[in-house]
Amino acid sequence: MKRFGDLIAVDRIAFRVREGEVFGFLGPNGAGKTTTMKMIQCISPKSGGTLEVFGMDVDTRQREIKSRLGVVPQENNLDPDFSAYRNLLVYARYFGIPRREAERRADELLAFMQLDEKRDVLIDKLSGGMKRRLIIARALVNEPELLILDEPTIGLDPQARHLIWEKLRSLRAEGNTLVLTTHYLDEAERLCDRLVIMDHGKILVEGTPADLIREHAGSDVVEVERTQKAVSRLEELGVNYDLAGDVIQVFTDRPNDVARDLLEACRHEAAVTVRPATLEDVFLRLTGRSLRE
Amino acid sequence: MIDITARVQSVWRRNWDAFLRTYRVNFIPPFIEPVLYLLALGFGLGTYIEAVDGIPYPVFIAPALVSISVMYSAFFECTYSSFVRMYYQKTFDAIIATPVGIDEVIAGEMLWGATRGMIYAALMLPVLLLFNVVAMPSSLLLIPFAFLAGLLFAGIAMCFTAITPSIDALNYPSFLFITPMFLFSGTFFPLDLLPEPIQYFALAALPLTHVVGFNRAITLATFSPVNLLNLAWIAAATVIFFVLAIRLMRRRLVV
Repeated sequence: MKRFGDLIAVDRIAFRVREGEVFGFLGPNGAGKTTTMKMIQCISPKSGGTLEVFGMDVDTRQREIKSRLGVVPQENNLDPDFSAYRNLLVYARYFGIPRREAERRADELLAFMQLDEKRDVLIDKLSGGMKRRLIIARALVNEPELLILDEPTIGLDPQARHLIWEKLRSLRAEGNTLVLTTHYLDEAERLCDRLVIMDHGKILVEGTPADLIREHAGSDVVEVERTQKAVSRLEELGVNYDLAGDVIQVFTDRPNDVARDLLEACRHEAAVTVRPATLEDVFLRLTGRSLRE
Repeated sequence: MIDITARVQSVWRRNWDAFLRTYRVNFIPPFIEPVLYLLALGFGLGTYIEAVDGIPYPVFIAPALVSISVMYSAFFECTYSSFVRMYYQKTFDAIIATPVGIDEVIAGEMLWGATRGMIYAALMLPVLLLFNVVAMPSSLLLIPFAFLAGLLFAGIAMCFTAITPSIDALNYPSFLFITPMFLFSGTFFPLDLLPEPIQYFALAALPLTHVVGFNRAITLATFSPVNLLNLAWIAAATVIFFVLAIRLMRRRLVV
């Protein structure tokens, strides 16, 4: 649990991450994801409850936990006074890694993250995607047993995001444990073995992406323009539906039947589309459509 | 309690590496400053001043120039530069995600501020020797003492950095505290020319007074019991501000 004055940012959540899996925290802005990450990293003391990382208490064994963690923060905090390569060396020194070993790992990590050519370039001269990749390389410099990524692809173009996903998947394939937060639902669906959706400091649901979609959205979504005819037909059939702006959404395991009914009811005046349900549908159903600031 | 291990050196080393990367600019002020001051004040204005308490004017101000340079370099390092690293570059956030703790980050910054003061004193010394305004070998003590004095000003600076709402607000201690000290700490004229209450105020509340007093004893090679008082005042204040800075920074950064 985490309290800031009267605000309860993280409200008695319970979760357990298994070794070797990718575990995701999803939620709108202000849901408590980043605060949770900071408590795991031992940089924000919890206000109550118990939290253990590697079986160690976060309040008493911070240094041991931190020496085995890799952290990719939401905000870029690479050191602008140094080149890409020196950033890794300086960071390795904080972990007490000997110089020669640090140099070996820095070379290896720059190659892994495809940053060889940018080795001697100052941070300001790197693109957003390169900075993000360098931060991931930096987080790996102590060969962590658990990698924490807070919004790993925030603000990147599709090419840069795909490259980072590829790298994260190969880290997973090597048996690394990853915990990440994101509000890109496609990212969560691609990467996470299991995830939780948080809102207002609480965990709403937990499970694999596929299970969550099946449980909370059904297999498919039928969408139709919001017309009186369509609404009354659905009421007649006794089918549950959601209103999303000027679109009606029906979450169902029998998409063809519903679509046929709706087409008949609207006498083909309105477009009806059928698509597979996604994590985004689950997310929006659970956290609502109102804007969060 | 305060939790500092040998890891503090990794924070110090980070700043040392960054300093070396831009060494050309960093090494210019300690050479230029004493030359300018000695020429303008010591030998320019000084020709109208025969002697202060029997000491030639350039010799009188030489230890003050070192003291001021140590004060400025340590104070500005741990105000503006530390604030930039903390607030804009998020360097502190990056470091505390490693086994290095917040106490070590702040201590490392202050030790670095002190080091910078010491580097400046060491670079000024040959210039002062060239002008023949400091006694040898006692003046070699300027260098280690600059570390202690630097640590004092770094601690005071870090306290302001911990409570400042913005980088602009750091101008207040610079103008209201550092600038008066530059003028009224027995730097360019003896303290006893001032009204008595102000003398006492300077001794009680202006750290530079004690630093100049001690440095003057070093460069003139004339030590007296008063200098022990200077040293005790500086040592006590250094410990207090060092600890206070860490506590205030914890309050700011650990949330």
